[in-house]
Amino acid sequence: MNPAIEIKDVRKRYGPLQALDGVSLAIEQGEIFGLLGPNGAGKTTLISIVAGLARADSGSVRVMGEDVVTGYRSARRMLGVVPQELVFDPFFSVRETLRIQAGYYGIRKSGPWIDEILHNLDLTSKADANMRSLSGGMKRRVLVAQALVHKPPVIVLDEPTAGVDVELRQGLWKFMRTLNREGHTIVLTTHYLEEAELLCSRIGMLKAGRIVALDSTRNLLETFSGLYLKLRVDSQELPASGSFKVTESDGDLFTLRLEDFTELEGVLAQLRKAGVTIREFEVQPPDLEEVFVRIMNRH
Amino acid sequence: MTPFLTLLQKELLRFWKVAFQTVAAPILTSILYLVIFSNALGGHVKVYETVSYSAFLVPGLVMMSILQNAFANSSSSLIQSKVTGNIVFMLLPPISYGEFFCAYVLASVARGLSVGAGVLVATVWFVDLSISGPVWVVTFAILCSAILGSLGMVAGIWAEKFDQLAAFQNFVILPLTFLSGVFYSIKSLPPMWQELSRFNPFFYMIDGFRYGFFGVSDAPPAVSLIVVGTSFAALSGATLLLLRSGYRLRH
Repeated sequence: MNPAIEIKDVRKRYGPLQALDGVSLAIEQGEIFGLLGPNGAGKTTLISIVAGLARADSGSVRVMGEDVVTGYRSARRMLGVVPQELVFDPFFSVRETLRIQAGYYGIRKSGPWIDEILHNLDLTSKADANMRSLSGGMKRRVLVAQALVHKPPVIVLDEPTAGVDVELRQGLWKFMRTLNREGHTIVLTTHYLEEAELLCSRIGMLKAGRIVALDSTRNLLETFSGLYLKLRVDSQELPASGSFKVTESDGDLFTLRLEDFTELEGVLAQLRKAGVTIREFEVQPPDLEEVFVRIMNRH
Repeated sequence: MTPFLTLLQKELLRFWKVAFQTVAAPILTSILYLVIFSNALGGHVKVYETVSYSAFLVPGLVMMSILQNAFANSSSSLIQSKVTGNIVFMLLPPISYGEFFCAYVLASVARGLSVGAGVLVATVWFVDLSISGPVWVVTFAILCSAILGSLGMVAGIWAEKFDQLAAFQNFVILPLTFLSGVFYSIKSLPPMWQELSRFNPFFYMIDGFRYGFFGVSDAPPAVSLIVVGTSFAALSGATLLLLRSGYRLRH
């Protein structure tokens, strides 16, 4: 089975800026893949090259086995892209926008499928409204609908939830999961680490045009992040002789950093031995933000 | 064919939905030119023996409207799509650069011809006019609107801001059309300006088009046809190369 997206040693330079510096990456069919990185890391440039909006200086990109340059017609049919910017054509209504977009992909009788997309994205009541009259959230949904008109097996969403309210964000997450269950491969770039942690089965992190981490979300969390043990105790200080590391303290509240669960018992024993009584106790699991910060600092 | 036809339809709808501004307004402007110039100069200027000044003006005004509107259509559509970012909707699908070119140019031809036909029909009330070579008239109308549609694409692709496009329109297109003999015969100009006019391709567009109405012209009609045909071939080729390279569209 071909990977949904296969990127091989892609390089791209904009003047003095090396936007992509030898990126290789394979996204398998059926995944929800998260592409993470700080601003200017090259996420949008990479997406643009996959979508044919930009051309790589060297390297190759295939979508479902089709080269995006030499086999662009097939490759683009396989791909639906939700752009980052909230763009629209002010001359048309929602339905016209979708009908035209379907036509660009060679689909003539798109009516029933467009009705279904409108329904799924809760846009039916706005079908005949002009694009100009829609709120930002509604315009975002139309962008998602436009990416789906040709039923692409691979869907790329470039920061789909940037500047979107909580309700729509959750609606979009639910919708992405549904699409994924129906067999679509989803690629997501995001700033929100919570979003990536919640949705993505695998994550690639970009920094300065290079992939600095690429693994399953679970492995990344396990490999890079420790645990945080939050304690409320009966004293204002902890024994100095302890082998643990205090990362934060506020009165009787302390946060300790542990490498993994096996350290937990030893730490508790040391505290007991020092005569410290624990009043409250919480273990925080690893989170992606910590992983992200550590990986970005390491490279 | 569907992607091309859809893009063509979208481009046609784009100007047709605001036809009051894109078709009716330029027709009114041309009629005002006709009324003002023919009343002000009608008694003083005689260009050809057999043709009244008002009748002489009509083909020039029709062609001027065709040229300006064909240019405006493709250039404004592209710059608007680029500035607002919705050009991405046309760049993501599998539309070839050839289809892209044909759709934009044909829509420009459609708008140019709509306005030109509108001006022609409206002037019937003011001027007694006959057409000696309708095939000649139609050929020039189509070729010249396609040239300007293509030029509009080049300008729309090149320009990154609205004022750059406005500069192109005001400092290139407008002088070339006004100095092409819309309102006068170049034979009434001093010799130096006559010579300069012969380097203006717009002169051949107007002159050849006018020949189709009256059977008389300043330049030999075959020369006009060659100039116009060559311009079309050269500009189309250049525009297609530009599109293929992805210049300022695919970064």
